[in-house]
Amino acid sequence: MIARIQPFLLPLATFVVALALSIIPLGDRMAPFRPDWVPLVLIYWAIAKPQHFGLLAAFAMGIALDMLTGSLLGRHALALLPIVYLSLRLHLRIRVALVWQVTVTVVLMLVLYHFLLFWIDGVGQRAIPGPITWAPLLSSALLWPIVMFALGGFGRDNVKAT
Amino acid sequence: MPAAESGKRSTATALSIRLVLLAAVSLTMMILDHRETAFLDRVRQVASVIVYPVQVGVDQPFSAWRRASESFASRAALLDENARLKSDLRDYDVRLQRMDTLEAENDRLRAMLDSSQRVAGRMLVAEILSVDPDPYRQRFTINRGVLNGVYVGQALLDADGVVGQIDIVDALTAQAVLISDSNHGLPVAINRTGLRSIALGTGETGLLNLPYLTNSADVQEGDLLVTSALGGVFPPGYPVGRVTVVQRRPGQSFAHVLASPSAGLDRGREVLLVMNADEVGLTAANSGPAEDAR
Repeated sequence: MIARIQPFLLPLATFVVALALSIIPLGDRMAPFRPDWVPLVLIYWAIAKPQHFGLLAAFAMGIALDMLTGSLLGRHALALLPIVYLSLRLHLRIRVALVWQVTVTVVLMLVLYHFLLFWIDGVGQRAIPGPITWAPLLSSALLWPIVMFALGGFGRDNVKAT
Repeated sequence: MPAAESGKRSTATALSIRLVLLAAVSLTMMILDHRETAFLDRVRQVASVIVYPVQVGVDQPFSAWRRASESFASRAALLDENARLKSDLRDYDVRLQRMDTLEAENDRLRAMLDSSQRVAGRMLVAEILSVDPDPYRQRFTINRGVLNGVYVGQALLDADGVVGQIDIVDALTAQAVLISDSNHGLPVAINRTGLRSIALGTGETGLLNLPYLTNSADVQEGDLLVTSALGGVFPPGYPVGRVTVVQRRPGQSFAHVLASPSAGLDRGREVLLVMNADEVGLTAANSGPAEDAR
């Protein structure tokens, strides 16, 4: 039993931690730079364990994030689905890519994620704050290599840090 | 290998179908949520129980730190605070004595005028959780939910004035919009003249905008704004803020008027929820001395 659920323990723990980090108070200065924790871990697990974590996990995490942030129910879910879909489709190629290439790919996915959120806000006629919306891209790009290696670098051991 | 190739393609197709299905579900939920369907509210309340531990887990270290710093406060500080509270209480008791007679007189006058009575709403104390939902919206989460009788549109006050109103109610928590949120508008009256207007949030904590006051409107810096209860959400007569900037612009029909909220929007830990706000009569608010000066 323990052996059956054991491979899921670390991913589930990172999902909970990502949700907690998404709402932890950062102060007014830092809050716009809050990294996109949930997309980062979802992309990681979609690439590392595509057979276990895919679109359903993305949907569930999106709804949880909507509950926590009080946005329209389904807003984050809709924005997360395409990027996890891309990660699943490209996971074999991303796994063998160099770290900087993976980072660029992830940042491009996050651009799509933020664009979708931005678009949903526009359709829902919510006030849009301006270019500072894109600040999380910076912190997320810096954090991605750390997240990637902390979680095991897709389980491969031939990763070169170049 | 054609078999492997087609197998790969069919998993890809299955994946695409699931993407489309789940995206359709998300879109439907958003549309239902936008229209504020009762069904989705129930879904939200059930699902909120699942994410509640995350909120409490994030809040716990912060509130533990507050409790710890309270219990390690020095004896001298506590004595000081005690003395201050006692003298405050004496002050308020004296004022309250006058208040009782005024209230009785007010009731008598209202009975003569045949207008509805003000209901002194019951209050429920709620604590703000140390979670930070969205940096671009002036919102916070409180530790009371539908199980405590919180409802959408309920007014939130603190010791100094109006804080905001409830926007989303979950089972054990609720999210409130501050009056300074850029999507929030609050019907107010200028206490000095009774002139009514609307105070819009600006997205900045310390700033309210009153865009619908004409150049000729009788408004001065330092004027107290109170709730006018025209929206039916807030009880009448609670302080909202003070006018800080009045610029009359000859070229335009409306003056540039800003106010700063009197409630501690960014420092309070506890807020009061006004219960039974629906019993607050609208007629009670419509008796300002001056009619619209527009």
